[in-house]
Parts: sequence; C-alpha cells; structure tokens
Amino acid sequence: MSAAPRSPGRLARLLDSDIAYSFLHSPVALPSALVALLCIGGALLAPWIAPHDPFDLAGLNLLDAFTPPVFMPEGRLGFLLGTDDQGRDLLSTIMHGARISLLVGFSAVLFAMTLGVAIGLLAGYVGGSLDAVLMRIADIKLTFPTILIALLIDGVVRAALPRELHDRVALPVVIFSIGFANWVQFARTVRGSTLVEKNKEYVQAARVIGLHPLRIMASHVLPNVLGPVLVIATLNLGFAILAEATLSFLGVGVPPTQPSLGTLIRIGNDFLFSGEWWITVFPGLALVTMVLSINLLGDWLRDALNPKLR
Amino acid sequence: MGAAQPKGVHMSVLRSLSRALVAAAFGLALAAPVEARTLRWSASGDPNTLDPHSQNLGTVTMILGQVYEALIHRGQNLRLEPGLATAWRTVEPTRWRFELRRGVKFHDGADFTADDVVFSIGRARQPTSNYGIYVNTIDRVEKVDDFTVDIVTKAPDPILPNKIATVFMMDQGWAERNSATRPQNTRDREEMHTVRNTNGTGPFRMQTREPDVRTVLVRNQAWWGWANPAHNSNLTEILYRPISSDATRIAALLSGEVDFVLDPPPQDIARLRGNNAVRVVEGPEVRTIFFVMDVDRAELLYSDVKGRNPFKDIRVRRALYHAIDINAIQRVVMRGLSVPTGTLFPPQVNGHAVEEDVRLPHDPAAARRLLAEAGYPNGFEVTLDCPNNRYINDEQVCQAVVAMWARIGVRARLNAMPLQTYFPKIQRRDSSLYMMGWGVPTLDALYSFQGLIASRDSPVGGGASSWNFGGYSNAEVDRLVGMMVSETDQAKRNAAIRQALRLYREDVPQIPLHHQVIPWAVRSNVQITHMANNQPDMRWTRID
Repeated sequence: MSAAPRSPGRLARLLDSDIAYSFLHSPVALPSALVALLCIGGALLAPWIAPHDPFDLAGLNLLDAFTPPVFMPEGRLGFLLGTDDQGRDLLSTIMHGARISLLVGFSAVLFAMTLGVAIGLLAGYVGGSLDAVLMRIADIKLTFPTILIALLIDGVVRAALPRELHDRVALPVVIFSIGFANWVQFARTVRGSTLVEKNKEYVQAARVIGLHPLRIMASHVLPNVLGPVLVIATLNLGFAILAEATLSFLGVGVPPTQPSLGTLIRIGNDFLFSGEWWITVFPGLALVTMVLSINLLGDWLRDALNPKLR
Repeated sequence: MGAAQPKGVHMSVLRSLSRALVAAAFGLALAAPVEARTLRWSASGDPNTLDPHSQNLGTVTMILGQVYEALIHRGQNLRLEPGLATAWRTVEPTRWRFELRRGVKFHDGADFTADDVVFSIGRARQPTSNYGIYVNTIDRVEKVDDFTVDIVTKAPDPILPNKIATVFMMDQGWAERNSATRPQNTRDREEMHTVRNTNGTGPFRMQTREPDVRTVLVRNQAWWGWANPAHNSNLTEILYRPISSDATRIAALLSGEVDFVLDPPPQDIARLRGNNAVRVVEGPEVRTIFFVMDVDRAELLYSDVKGRNPFKDIRVRRALYHAIDINAIQRVVMRGLSVPTGTLFPPQVNGHAVEEDVRLPHDPAAARRLLAEAGYPNGFEVTLDCPNNRYINDEQVCQAVVAMWARIGVRARLNAMPLQTYFPKIQRRDSSLYMMGWGVPTLDALYSFQGLIASRDSPVGGGASSWNFGGYSNAEVDRLVGMMVSETDQAKRNAAIRQALRLYREDVPQIPLHHQVIPWAVRSNVQITHMANNQPDMRWTRID
C-alpha cells in the first residue's frame, strides 16, 4: 500500500519557491536580513534587554558621564559603548533611540504607502482627467526635494501650534511630514501596474458582472499590484529612517525627551572636538548599519521579484 | 549723416563711461579706508532687540555697546572713565552735575547736546524700559545749558555714576522722527524702528542687521575717542554671526572662518589651548547662575500640585537645593570652568562676604526628608524652563539638575529654548521654575538685590525693570535694600549688605549654582582684552 500522495505544507511550499531559493543563495540577502533582524529585534526589545534604562532619570549619575567605551583604558564593563554627557549608557540609549527611529520609519512608510496606493489605484483605474490631475500633482510634488517638504510641513505646524503642544504632537507631525514627502513613488508605480491590470480579462469579467468599481480596485486589482509596492516600501523604510534622523539632527524632529538616533548624533556632535567621539560615532554607526541592511534587503527583494532578472 | 550718427553714439558712450569711471574712483576713495580689517565675531545667541533701553541683557548690550555710548565709560579694568561726559561731581548731596563733551555727533550727523541726555534718561525711566534699575533713584534730570546736565536724585545716591555708565544716549530728534520715544515692549514682541535700527555716537555704526543671521558694524571714523591713544583699535568692520551649535562655532574658529568666539564651550577649551592658530583669553566673569522658584502664586503653573504652591514652603526650596551636587556639575558639565557658590554675586562685587558664601551641602537623604515633612513624600511634578544659548552649557546644567532632582522624587520636565523665546516667557512670569544668570555691571551689591531679591512692588524694588519673577518678598530684606540705596556711611551700608546676604542664604529665595569663568577664544592674530563683564570692547581690539 503506497502512502497517499501528501500535498506539501505551506512551509515546504515556501521553502521550495524561487524566492526562498534566491534568499538562501544570495550573498547579501541572508547576512543583511540577519543584521536588520538584529537591529529591529534589539530596538523592539530594548525595554527588556537594554542594560540600563536611560529614561529613568533617578538612575543617572552625572559622575558616570563621558565614560569611554569598554575597550579604552578608562572604559568600564557596565558601559560597553561608554556614556554620554549626562552619564547615560550609550548602548541602552542607542537601543531606545533606534526604537523611536523605527517607529517613525515604519509609520511614515505605512502612511505614504496607504496614500500613494490609494491615489495610484484611483488614477490608474479611473483614468481620464482625474488621472491627469493626480499625476500632475505628483509631478509638482516630485520637483521639491523630499527633505525640504518634510522641513516645510514641520515648520508650518510648529509655527501654527502653541509651544506647549509641540512635544505632544512632534512624533505624529514627523511621521506625517516624512510620509507625505514620499507617497509619489507608490502612486506612480501602482498607477502603472493598474493600467496594465485593468485591461486583463479577469478585471473585464468583474466589470461585466456589475461589481462596483471600488470593489474591483480593492479586491481584484490591488492584490496584483502589491509586489512592486513591497519593494518600494522596503527601500523607503531606509529612507524614512534617514529622513527622521536628518530632521532630528537639525533639531526639528522628535522631542529631546524621546531621543531618536538623529537626536543622539546631534547631541554627540557637540563633543566631537573635545575627544569624546563615541557619543556621536556609535549612534551614527547604528544608523548606518540599520539603514544599509534594510536597503540591501530591499535591493535583493527587487531583483528577486523582477522576472526579467531571473 | 550715416557716418555722423555712429560717431555721436560713440562719443556719448565714451563720455558716460568716463563719468562712471570718475564716479567709481571717487566712490572707492571715499569708501575704502587705509586697509580693510574685519573682525568676524561669533557667539551662541543673537540680540533679541537693538533698542537701547528695552532689554538689560548681556547679549544685547555687547553689540549695542559698540554703537551707543553712555555718559561714563568703563575702562579695561572696569573703572569709570569719561565718556560722553567729561566730568561729574556732586554739587549737593542729591544733585550730580555732568559736564558734557562738546562736538560729539550722532551717526546720522545730529549734534549731541544736553537735550539728548534729558531725553535718554527719561526714556530709560519709562514703564517699557528694562533699565529702570539704573535710573530709579533719579527724581528729575535738568538741563543747565547745552553742555551741562544736573541729575537730581530722590535721596543721596552714592553709586549713581556706576549706574549711569550703563544708560545709553540716544538722539532725541531721531527717536521722535521714528516714533520711538519709549522703549520697545519686548515682552509682547512689539515691532518698532529701534528694534532693527540704531543711531548712536559710538566708535562703530550699524551697517547691516539681519536678526539671527549677521550684523555688520563699520568703523565710525568721526568718533571723538579715536584721538585717545588708548583706543588703538585698527578694526574697520565687525561682522557678528550667531552660531548656536557649540561644535560648529568652534569648527568655524579653528578653520579661520571666524576670528573671535565669545563663549567657547568648556569641553573644547583644552583642545583650543593646544592649538597654535588660536589663543584662549582667560578671565573670570562677574556673573552668577541660579534657579528661581515661583514663591508667589497660589498654584504653580505646569505642575501636578493643585491648590497650593510647594515653593512657598522653605523646606521644599531647601530640599531642591540639597539635591544638587554642584561639584559634579563643576567637574563634568563645566570641566572646572566655574566657581560653585552659595551666594548672590561673585567676590569682585562690593559687599561680597566670604562667610555668607556657603552652600547647603549635597545631601539627597536630607532632601527627601524635607520633602516628606513638607507633605510631598512622593515628590511632585514641575517644569523647569531653561535657555539653551545664553549661559555656558545652560541646557546641560539643567539636564544634570533634572536628573539630580529625580533622585529625590521631584519630576522636573525640562523645557529648553533659545533666548529669543526664553526671556519674553519669563518676563511674562509664565514660569514656575527657571534658570537665570545675573551679571553685575555696577560692581555693587545693590544692583543684584534690587534686580532680583527686593519685592517687585516695594519702593526699593526694581519695579518694571525688576527680574524678581519668582515674586519673592521679604520686608526685612526690603528694609536692608533701602539702606543700601541711601546709606552714605560705607561701614553701615556694608553691614546692611552682609545682613541681606545672610537672609538670602537662610531663606533660599533662589538656588545659587556657580559664578561663570568665561574664557574667550580668538585667532592668534587678534588682540583683545578680556572684560569681567563679558562685554568685549572693540575700542582696543586689534587684528593683524
């Protein structure tokens, strides 16, 4: 009696796919995924695994300030990467800072993606004058550097709101301004894919049976245009984190009470000349590592999903 | 005809060209002095106004002091010297007579006369003035003739010349033409002509003013004082640029982009000392940094304590004081460049008493006990307002203190901001707890007591120019300040100052931190004299 032929499980199917093969055999994908996972994991778990709590002011000791990293002569085991000007453990501060950076990055990309996909779908599917108008808006938007737009939105909100509210709204404002600066890429890509998809038979069939256009867009076209969106989202995540760091470095990003990596780099910048290089170099390295690994992962994903490159 | 026309055109072009050339050459000859020497100067903050009587702030007066002059100048050692007045004496106990310098002209060409003195002192006495503290003993100013003025005080005022040395003289006609006969109200951020324009008699005149970007002063060749060999400046131009980032400011100095940094951050001093291209000009500053608590309101702003004000309780004030480890701040934040203190002003000031310069010890346990006794066993929440571009490492000091207070349970939220928003905020009394630094230009105790400690509404208090925004009020202190105002017997007056300093120490109206030690940093080709009032004087600054 031969065993009934078992249909392979989900996991097995995934492992057997082209994507998985490419992932496991690419020289960059696996290492960069590991590094990205390490960064993200460290950031997410910071409150539980960080050696110190940098936000517990009562636990700070000013006399610990400017302790160099452990591998230097005056370094101390308790502070692997040294301490900053207020005696905060740098490793813990970086882990907590990366949390804020990632939060802003993910939220901003999610916002840009939602906005961009919606606009792209609408423009591509409806077409006509709506398409023309939306795409011209996108063109205009593209003529401005993204960081400039983010700065502009941030500045306007700051000027419009009373100072007391600034700290409370700073995080949403940064997310909004970075997200808003980035929706065009999503909209353009989705519009292109939608133009291709909307003339295919399954869409025509759906139209013939009288489905509402919104329904067709959401449940028929959308799933088929999401592939490239995923690639752009990954690449954009790196950019969003960098944009947040830039804004925070300029002092208009997240409030200093919730220091992100950019804020840490700015604070450390004041001590570059006086020899305490670690206060700015380590947050900078953390930022570079995180963004580089995410971008490499995005590059690989783009190649892997592109049938022409296979 | 065909030939004549081109010739005509040719001729007229030549003529206009030669006219332009002559004009250009003439203009150049007028504009270019012997050799252009520009001092590029930087500090962290920019003046928040150019009105000469609106803001009694070092950042403002350090620029205005090059443009405007007072009746009396201060020399390199801060001693009083003739300025726009050539001589002064008391003709009666309450009447000072000032002989004015003749032939002095304002930058717009108007003559300086007794009317301008009467006008300027009157302007400094107006409610929107922040200079009342220098002129509030004055009853009236009388013009005797065009070049003689009498200042009549309400009671004998032995230190009037010290105060007059800080009151800038304006041109009455210019102020009237530009509707600027009263000082700008900075609290409400009023706009008026004097905020961006100046017209003084001083050695430099304002050429360009772009707030927060750059301020250009050019040499006033017609200044009367250039005849004095002590005023040996060879500067033709001063370019002032605020750079708020410490690292950027120092990088600009090291790379030769600026020649003079007024406030190098303490952490970079060691590095600057080791660099041959720059020089560190050492010197103390007559300025004390402290925290002020609102002891007046029934309920604090920005705090979670409702229905009462914890700072009215001396135990709470002492607790906050006990919590501060000033030696750690001195060593780590100030890198040794500060003198911890327990009193109101530094030793250079007349009336300073060593035995009153004693701090409450750093004792967190005692602090927690005092808080518990006062009814706050779990501490409370409050907001600490702090400037971030005014004093040396101001924000960092505040951060450090916030952490120290957290250890005794007081959760202070730090609200750090640039001086342009900070000073109007605390002048509106929109703060419960703030950092302040107080320099003493008169070098006499009265200035500090009157400006910071005397009751705001008492006759001896500073009135509108009082910086006692914590609302501290103590009848005994007011009585002693009254003695400082009018007592002419030096021994008795100093005894009153000492008594007031004791009350300051015991009653904790403020939490003193330290006196600033403020080295300046210059490129090695700049010769500048360090001034203890931290006001660089370009009259004797040279660049080679």
